Amino acid sequence: MSSSTIALRRRAADYGATAISYIAALVVLAPLVAILSYLLMKGATSSNLAFFTEIPKPVGEAGGGMANAIGGSLLILGIASAIGIPVGVGTGVYLAEIARSGIGRGIRFLTDVLNGVPSIVIGLAAYSLVVIRQKHFSAISGGIALGAMMIPTIARATEEMLKLVPLSVREAALGLGIPQWRTTLSITLRSALPGIITGIMLAFSRVAGETAPLLFTAFGNAFWNWDPRQPTAALPLQIFVYAISPFEDWHRKAWAGALVLVAIIMVSVFAVRWVASRGTFKGTS
Amino acid sequence: MAVGIETKGLKAWFGSNQALHGIDLQVAAGLATAIIGPSGCGKSTFVRCLNRMHETVLDARVAGEIRVGELNVYSIPAVSLRRRVGMVFQKPNPFPTMSIYDNVAAGLKLNGIGNRSELEEIVERSLQQAALWDEVKDSLKKKSGASLSGGQQQRLCIARALALDPEVLLMDEPASALDPISTSKIEELIFELKSRYTIVIVTHNMQQAGRVADYTAFFLAGALIEFDKTEKIFTTPYDRRTEDYITGRFG
Repeated sequence: MSSSTIALRRRAADYGATAISYIAALVVLAPLVAILSYLLMKGATSSNLAFFTEIPKPVGEAGGGMANAIGGSLLILGIASAIGIPVGVGTGVYLAEIARSGIGRGIRFLTDVLNGVPSIVIGLAAYSLVVIRQKHFSAISGGIALGAMMIPTIARATEEMLKLVPLSVREAALGLGIPQWRTTLSITLRSALPGIITGIMLAFSRVAGETAPLLFTAFGNAFWNWDPRQPTAALPLQIFVYAISPFEDWHRKAWAGALVLVAIIMVSVFAVRWVASRGTFKGTS
Repeated sequence: MAVGIETKGLKAWFGSNQALHGIDLQVAAGLATAIIGPSGCGKSTFVRCLNRMHETVLDARVAGEIRVGELNVYSIPAVSLRRRVGMVFQKPNPFPTMSIYDNVAAGLKLNGIGNRSELEEIVERSLQQAALWDEVKDSLKKKSGASLSGGQQQRLCIARALALDPEVLLMDEPASALDPISTSKIEELIFELKSRYTIVIVTHNMQQAGRVADYTAFFLAGALIEFDKTEKIFTTPYDRRTEDYITGRFG
């Protein structure tokens, strides 16, 4: 075979491989763009100021909004993050920095199992552990259910990111007489921060849209509520109820609610990334 | 104040694998001592015992006596010892998320020592001692430590160790990852620093030992074979194995 035919074959293979990866990227992007643009179209035309400021009107009356559900979702997600982030990051630090093989393997296995538990089952667990004891539905039980769902993703992301921090960096810190806890907190975690934040935002985005665990924990509420001990409205619940209703007006509100939910997730992701990127150096190693 | 180091019957293990077989060595204060020997002879393990970094490795063990000056190194917490016995590693390892300034100040800041103006002063002095000040003084807080060249990074690591004002500076092949020009800068630096600090330098490079060290110790298979003035080791070694190594017959 002459050298020119070899070169030709190599170039063909190169083009082929590049084309396949372009197509793969397109296949992934197409549904995303389709969903987002449809959502934007339907949602933007259905939302108005009242949507963000008013609570739902009684069935049959026009107008009203989902302000209470937006607030309720923020409350529940706040509680979930307050539980899921510290426990998840703490578990990850334990797995990466402290655990000896045996216990570590056990915990790693359990977090994987927890990750695979259907969200409705998590909701049931929160129902039987919190709601039944409290004797009524509450934002806090919803927050606990969502927080528990955040833990495995955050723990594994934290562990994997910490493991990527080179041993030489840890040794540098220990060699300066910096105690282990300080090294972990100020140097190792700091170096792994961008990856850990990605894990946290993945977990956050995932639970922000969860409906099933809230069905019998937060339960929903047609009115304003800021008391975490009381039943609370949440966007996914409200969307669920409105979307399966027979009213055209409610369908439009469900679209607007879906758009707001996606917006909340995107804004939080960008805000957290922006805050975290300030004051850090994009090191070359 | 530079102080001497003395080890008696120092033994070290990784799991069941014994890396050092009873080392008796006296390192003189305020001089540079080189540790030479073939790969795997225990040079690095030896210096890592001196600041108790060896015990940070899983399943590692140590036995024997180590004194830094009058101080038994096992009589104080390892973190306190490491502030007095600084270390520079083989591969430059600045903290990647920190500025040049914060890298040098890290040892003090994270140990809760010093206020802002003291830190400024110590950082400048340490960078000057490490012969890096002129190259970085305009970008102290703007640039990441990791953005410097390899040789600059290693001098940054030296400055970081000096900021804690240690009595001893351990250097584990500090120039082996650097180009010849950076290497000669590090060697000049060692030559200047040894008046203030006791320096123990592990090296693969025998010319380097000859250039910077007052004393040289030759290790082989976890044992100290010969220890004497550098000149003596390189001209008229007492032991046949030392001579073989130095003349390049093995290792």
